Amino acid sequence: MDNLTEMHRRERRRYVVGYGGSLVLTLIVFIIAYVFGIKTTGVYLTIGLLGLAQLIVQLVYFLHIDRRRSSREDLDLVLFSTLVLLIIIVGTVWIMGNLSMRMHTYPM
Amino acid sequence: MKRAPTHSYPGLNLGRRHPGADKATEVVSFGFWVFLMSDLVYFGLMFAIYITMIDAQAGGPGPHELFDLTSIFAQTLILLTSSLTVGLAMLALKYNLPRSRIVMWFGITLVLGLSFLVLELRDFMAMAEKGGVPQRSGFLSAFYGLVPLHGLHVAAGCLWLVVLGIQLRVFGLTDVLMSRVVRLALFWHFLDLIWIGIITIVYFGGLTYG
Repeated sequence: MDNLTEMHRRERRRYVVGYGGSLVLTLIVFIIAYVFGIKTTGVYLTIGLLGLAQLIVQLVYFLHIDRRRSSREDLDLVLFSTLVLLIIIVGTVWIMGNLSMRMHTYPM
Repeated sequence: MKRAPTHSYPGLNLGRRHPGADKATEVVSFGFWVFLMSDLVYFGLMFAIYITMIDAQAGGPGPHELFDLTSIFAQTLILLTSSLTVGLAMLALKYNLPRSRIVMWFGITLVLGLSFLVLELRDFMAMAEKGGVPQRSGFLSAFYGLVPLHGLHVAAGCLWLVVLGIQLRVFGLTDVLMSRVVRLALFWHFLDLIWIGIITIVYFGGLTYG
């Protein structure tokens, strides 16, 4: 009984830590956007990396995906889907960007 | 190792307090992950279209005229908080807290989901007033193909919450119901992940390169 309530506290802390982490990352992103303005690739790269960090925080703390043996199959599923996704997105952007350039509509 | 929780499927496990529900959830939960990942691929396509369409504004209003970052910030906080409350609702269910606590956390989640939708609709209306309608340009078509798709998912999640609330009232806390709640929580967290992609690529990406 005691053990379970302790587990309850531990699992609740996990959600709160995930929430706090996501909150901090979100705040940093918006502060960067307000202070530096969203114009340069450098700023955007920083925002993108912080977004990626938040994705990982939420996957681990909210969705409980990690490298523990029992959730490894699901990690495989997520990683495979991400691979498919990257092929689709990078492929589309590449081909359409290239086409656009050949059609001379791309701003040079 | 007495302390190691039994962890046989992704997401929060119901554990040995609910052996029936735990077993029922194991298979369907993995299946639900497969659905989520195929949904992710669908969203990915819409993201890819948006990225290729960022320049296709056809002289119409662009990101700088249309996007309202303050509203986006509020929506982000609301959705993030609702992700926490749906997790707390799950925990209340798992550890047999009084039913009022379970209903309270789900109620807060529902209210947050609905206020997110209200803010989003207000944004779309403000955009439409400035001439930002889907048929104006390729960029706007891509925008309205992607962001309202996420909103539609949130609306479906809200409906799901209401239905589960009714089922909770009629049938009580059965194993099947608990297993459904586990999947709802997965779905809700997943929508928050998509939203991070939307603010990063659609809003900030649009403002940087649009």
